[in-house]
Amino acid sequence: MYWKETTRQMIDIGIGSLVIIGLVSVFIGAVTAIQFAYQLGGSSIPKYYIGYIVRDIMIIELAPTFTCLALAGKVGSNIAAELGGMRQKEQIDALEVMGVDTTAYLVLPKIIAALTVIPMLVVLSAFMGMAGGYIACTLGGLVSEAEFMQGLRAFFNSYNIWMMEIKAFVFAFLLTSISCYQGFFVTGGSIELGRASTSAVVISNILILLADYVLALLLT
Amino acid sequence: MIRIEDIKKQFGDQKVLKGISTVFEKGKTNLIIGKSGAGKTVMLKILVGLIQPTTGTVWYGDTNFTALNTKQRKAIRTEMGMLFQGSALFDSMTVEENVRFPLDMFTNLTKKEKEIKVNKTLDRVELAGSNNKYPSEVSGGMQKRVGIARAIILDPNYLFCDEPNSGLDPTTSMKIDELIRNITAENEITTVINTHDMNSVMEIGDNINLVHLGELAWVGTRHEVMETKNELLQDFIFASPFLQRLRDAANRNKSA
Repeated sequence: MYWKETTRQMIDIGIGSLVIIGLVSVFIGAVTAIQFAYQLGGSSIPKYYIGYIVRDIMIIELAPTFTCLALAGKVGSNIAAELGGMRQKEQIDALEVMGVDTTAYLVLPKIIAALTVIPMLVVLSAFMGMAGGYIACTLGGLVSEAEFMQGLRAFFNSYNIWMMEIKAFVFAFLLTSISCYQGFFVTGGSIELGRASTSAVVISNILILLADYVLALLLT
Repeated sequence: MIRIEDIKKQFGDQKVLKGISTVFEKGKTNLIIGKSGAGKTVMLKILVGLIQPTTGTVWYGDTNFTALNTKQRKAIRTEMGMLFQGSALFDSMTVEENVRFPLDMFTNLTKKEKEIKVNKTLDRVELAGSNNKYPSEVSGGMQKRVGIARAIILDPNYLFCDEPNSGLDPTTSMKIDELIRNITAENEITTVINTHDMNSVMEIGDNINLVHLGELAWVGTRHEVMETKNELLQDFIFASPFLQRLRDAANRNKSA
């Protein structure tokens, strides 16, 4: 096991994605809160439900799915381009001639790093989404701070956390393994490298959405 | 010594190698020469195991390399060093890290021992002091020398070079040739070079193998090149009008 390479990948995927995931999540949480408040309108449903809905929708769906869709674009294309570039510059051949197990050295650390770091990013995304909802509600005067916090604490089911983490693991595996495959077996020149990078993102996104559907059926 | 027997390689309908048998001798710079598309690179990749031949056998000493599985090949691969056409250095690593890479992978040397060996090897290829530079910060010739340093750091018994002079000016090219020749002689290793550089052929060609359209067309030494009547070799070596004029002048002087 190549720990140094795995650590490097963890830093690349984890630290390198903090800003984008944070930004995406804050806005998703804020928009969810505003739109749910709009849908409630003058209905009799208590306003604290906004906090409750933001919390659960972030945990069950938006945090794992949006985070991994965003990471498929950022990390997936990066992995495909890195491995594809190494293939084209004969660096993978150089490793093979040296007797290095290229799958163990290049692919496995990326998958292990993703499986370790992406679930953490998803947890962060859920928190940032709730923070975004809180900011949007309190700044926009949609609901009082106390009501939003009441909603965040209401009807909590810890099983949802498991659901979020299972989704995060499956999506993380999908996006890294597909991107590694697309990059590792690239042939030809820069046009093919670009295509491989695009395919990594497109295929990952489609499979993440498909897996999201299957997991929703299985886990709920 | 490396021996290949009746190596054939076919990609779809295209026959790239059509049954090549030859010997690459220990302590000598063995050259594979030929026009572009002759099958030189495929032959070199078959030698190092990056491509599996359709039929035929590659022998490393008494070991049938072709018959070995990936795990068994590892043992022989630690005895190999290879310089790639584009150097194939790892972009994210410094010169020192690139050269140290095989030591990190395959030895249990201490940090100090590795440092000493890396510096000695960098010194050997005249790159002392370039330890902390990245591949993108050094010239093409220096990249080739870093590639050679990485290839020889584990003291290999076999050194392979794919187009070591491509993209280099004549002076740098000659330095690379000299370096490869000296390393081969000093360490008594089997060196196989894939080239179409005429200077290399005439300067370091101890055992020259001309490949033409997937077949072995001529085998000999650099001393025999000028004397041969083989038309394919003549066409290949004296392709440029300048070299043709030199040959004609030499022949005129001889007859006079």
